[in-house]
Amino acid sequence: MSFDPAIITDNLPQIVDGLRLTILLWLAGTITGMALGFMLALLQTSRLGPVRFLVRIYQSIFRGTPFLVQIFLLYYGGPMIGLLLNAETAGVLGLALYSAAYFTEIFRAGFGAVSVGQAEAGRICGLSEFQILCHIQLPQMMVTITPALVGMFIVMSKETAILSVMTVPEITAVLSGIGSATFTYVETLLTLVLCYWVLVGATTWIGSRVERHMQRHLLPENGKTA
Amino acid sequence: MTNRESAIEIRGLKKSFGKFPVLDDIDLDIPRSAVTCIIGPSGSGKSTLLRCMAFLTDFEAGSILIEGQPLGFVGEGAARRACTNKEINAARERVGFVFQQFNLWPHLTVLENVAMPLRLVNKLSKSEAAGKARKALAKVGLADHVSKYPTFLSGGQQQRVGIARALAQDPHIILFDEPTSALDPELVGEVLQVMRDLAADGMTMVVVTHEMGFASQVADQVVFTDKGVIAAKGSPAEIFGNPDNPRVRSFLANYFERNTIRSRPAGRDVPAAAGQLGWGMPLVEGSGRA
Repeated sequence: MSFDPAIITDNLPQIVDGLRLTILLWLAGTITGMALGFMLALLQTSRLGPVRFLVRIYQSIFRGTPFLVQIFLLYYGGPMIGLLLNAETAGVLGLALYSAAYFTEIFRAGFGAVSVGQAEAGRICGLSEFQILCHIQLPQMMVTITPALVGMFIVMSKETAILSVMTVPEITAVLSGIGSATFTYVETLLTLVLCYWVLVGATTWIGSRVERHMQRHLLPENGKTA
Repeated sequence: MTNRESAIEIRGLKKSFGKFPVLDDIDLDIPRSAVTCIIGPSGSGKSTLLRCMAFLTDFEAGSILIEGQPLGFVGEGAARRACTNKEINAARERVGFVFQQFNLWPHLTVLENVAMPLRLVNKLSKSEAAGKARKALAKVGLADHVSKYPTFLSGGQQQRVGIARALAQDPHIILFDEPTSALDPELVGEVLQVMRDLAADGMTMVVVTHEMGFASQVADQVVFTDKGVIAAKGSPAEIFGNPDNPRVRSFLANYFERNTIRSRPAGRDVPAAAGQLGWGMPLVEGSGRA
């Protein structure tokens, strides 16, 4: 078997479309999941026991079952309860619901990492709880949780491959389709691997920039008088 | 009904952690433009009492009036209800708080630590807030450190930022919760000096402290708490001089025992605090500075 790069170049427009869709679904799903996870983490700080209980139930369902099964249920089981979604929407929703369960845990740890005194100092100065959240707690917890958030984005970029089982023409579906149609498994799978590797590499790089930005107050060069 | 001479009036204050009473029916008046020091053993409720005065801790019974404004709860008995956030902030507006652990916001520069509440709460413009923050920081001797992050300051400098942050909002009263307990011994002096200056300016101050020297020199009123009650209250001379309360006696005896420097060659004992103060205090048999 010879390695034939023409397979890739011939199908390049299709592959680029697949990659673009992968990135779109990944970002839409994961960012939505992060927002949802943040809200669930806020609910978890609620004084109401039943609210905290519901968040825990949510987590145990979405962390306790395989993503593949969740996607199947959402897409093929959804219509039974009147939930008619196209494959892309179901994909974004699935990614969001799944990642939210993990993001909740990351944010919960973040809230725990900021000492109570930080919020008290804000409260005594007259800041509202919302201002304390935005100006004191969030910026500080980001220092601690950025690596975990970036890790979650990386994991989710690869989970998008599972959306191929419900006919979403993302990069895994596109390349494995070309591969099995033309029997060029090596070329297509290596290209696929390369795509994910570059995606994850870029995410890691952006993540380290974000992390550095979040920690700017701890860097010695900022300790000097400007 | 209310005594307008008092900055803070506390009546029948009760607070417990579970079954353990921390504050048991406390009545206390904090006089205006005066320094009240609260001393006492650990776990005696002194910090909790101070935190109640800023409603950082809630309480089960009693009332606290900040310049006549109810804090935390209004009404008595069945009519007692929690204050709204607006009411709490209206009372808190007059109160600054300085924490034992400083509680500076590490992600903000020194200037921003002081300026942010001015922008967000007092609604000053960015430049007005910065100007006011600079003034407060200059007052505590930190004009040259405004653009640093707190991590790069000494403990004493951090605590002075904490004082500047409280000061910038023009409070009528500043509460200090063991402001020097987290500091290296040689940094305590600079913080106490700032507090002396504030006292000299006529600021109403309530200071929970283990610095008996400071309390004896600066306080107008000394409150000794023990097991959730005010066991003794009076002028520094009354409390430190010749206290008739046995609990105060043993507390102070223990304190001076710990702070006595034994100068080996001469074999003479010098009570360190008393030495600094310039008033010898034969604690048990003699009289105080009066």
